[in-house]
Parts: sequence; structure tokens; C-alpha cells
Amino acid sequence: MDDREIRNTMRQQRESDESDSLSASLPERGGVPASIVTFFILFSLWIVLSGRFDLFHLTLGVLSCVIVTLFSRDLLFPEPRARGLLGAWIRFVSYVPWLLYQIFLANLHVLYLSFHPRMMELIDPQIVRFQSKLRKDLSLVTFANSITLTPGTITVYVSLDGDFSVHAIDEKSREGLPGEMEDRIARAFGEQ
Amino acid sequence: MDFVVIFFLVCGLVFFTGGAVGILRFPDFYSRLHPAGKLDTMGSLLMMGALSLYNLHHFTLGNMLTSLKIILIVAFVFLSSPTAIHGIVDAGMRAGLGPWTKGDRRR
Repeated sequence: MDDREIRNTMRQQRESDESDSLSASLPERGGVPASIVTFFILFSLWIVLSGRFDLFHLTLGVLSCVIVTLFSRDLLFPEPRARGLLGAWIRFVSYVPWLLYQIFLANLHVLYLSFHPRMMELIDPQIVRFQSKLRKDLSLVTFANSITLTPGTITVYVSLDGDFSVHAIDEKSREGLPGEMEDRIARAFGEQ
Repeated sequence: MDFVVIFFLVCGLVFFTGGAVGILRFPDFYSRLHPAGKLDTMGSLLMMGALSLYNLHHFTLGNMLTSLKIILIVAFVFLSSPTAIHGIVDAGMRAGLGPWTKGDRRR
């Protein structure tokens, strides 16, 4: 309980620091405006989904992407300027193959369980609680999603300061928590 | 090429079948969600991958766009499926349903 309060105050402290420096030094900050990045993400999605390259459809795409970008400016990137985006993407993309491999292994395990004749004796569902060391909201969400994606474990509850409740179906799925996945996510989001 | 496609399709089918069997065999609400939500994700990854590969038989721009769309389906399933499972589990917890533990009767 005390620990959580300390973390909360630390988080608030950090956030107020960040907003101070943001208002102080906005003009000379590096990086691209986040709305331009949002626009290009939306527009590449438009091109893939429409598949037409004539002037009419491209103009329609630009118009609607601009309108949607204006609507949802702070949805993808909460901060007004996106910095270090390329590095973040490279780190995140290099995390994905490992995640797919883990999903594959764990899927085989649940597949084995669901076809096993004495399945009722093998499984032992329990709810595991642990405290994660991740801080950023995005990395907490990614961690929770990755836990749910690897079979045998479902995230039941996550709190803002990283309290996880995970429903794990047997001993083997339980022993990997939080483990290597947390370290890799911490690295992918630059928290180490 | 066809062999690879057929191999992936059959693997995906095995995962889907395992998911269906798991839903029937596991003992309670929470443990049923494990095969329901996740073997399906793996199955759809394999089958959609096979379909997008098959679609690239004649390599044109249009075909490539279609394959990209199929891959996008997988990406969105990977985002939305854990979220949906989490929502269902959370609803169960809020409603006060306790998880099955070893030694209980099947529900």
C-alpha cells in the first residue's frame, strides 16, 4: 500500500515535470508534429484499403484523412510532437517475432491440453497477482495484451501502477510470469 | 507453393478444431475462454497467412493490395481478441463468478 502511494506521487511528480518542460521549451523541441505522422498513417491505410490511384480517389483520401486527423489529433500520440518515433518502431517491430514464437509455443501447449484424455487432472487454474515494474501506460497495455495472447494466461485486471491479476490455466503457464516478456517489453519501449 | 498453402491451411484447421474441442471440454467459464480466444487467434493467423500467400500466385499490384488487406485482418484480430477476452473475464469477475479450482465439480 505504501509502495503504491510512493509510486503514485512519483508518477505525478514526473508528469508535472514533463508538462513544465513542455510549456517552457515548446518551439525548439525536435521531432515531427504528431498530427503529420497521424495523417500519413491514416493515408497509407487509405491507399491500401482503396487500391485506386486516380486523382479523384486520392483527393477524397487526403480530404478525409485531414478531417479525421483534426478530430483525433491526440488519440495516437498524446504529446503534440513525436520524438524518437523511428527507433521506437524498430524496437517494437523487433519485439513482434519473439512474441509470435511465444504465442506459437503456448498455443501448442493449450492444444495439447484440450485434446488430452486426462485434461481435468492436468489443469489447475489459479489467479496470480504480481507487481510489474513497467511504468508507461502503453507498455502496460502491451504487456497485458501479450499476456492474454499467449495461451494459458488471461489478464483479469491491470491497475495504473502495474498491479496485474492473471488467470493462468496450469503450472506451466504460471511459471513464466512476469519473466522474460516484461524485460523485453521494457526494452522495446525504452524503459531500461 | 501449393504445398505450403495447404500445409498452413490444415494447421490452422487443427488449431480451430482444438479451440472448439477445448471449449466443450474445459471445466468452467474462465478456462473455456483460453481455447476460445487464443487457439482461434493462432488458427486465423495460419489460415489468413495461407490465403494471402495463395493470393500472390500471380504477382500484380492488385493482388499485393489484397494480400496486405488480409494481413491487416490478422493484425486487427491480434489487437481486438485479447481486449475482448479481457472484457469478458472482467465482466465475469464483476458479476462475482469465482474461478474453478482443482477438485471442484465441472460447471
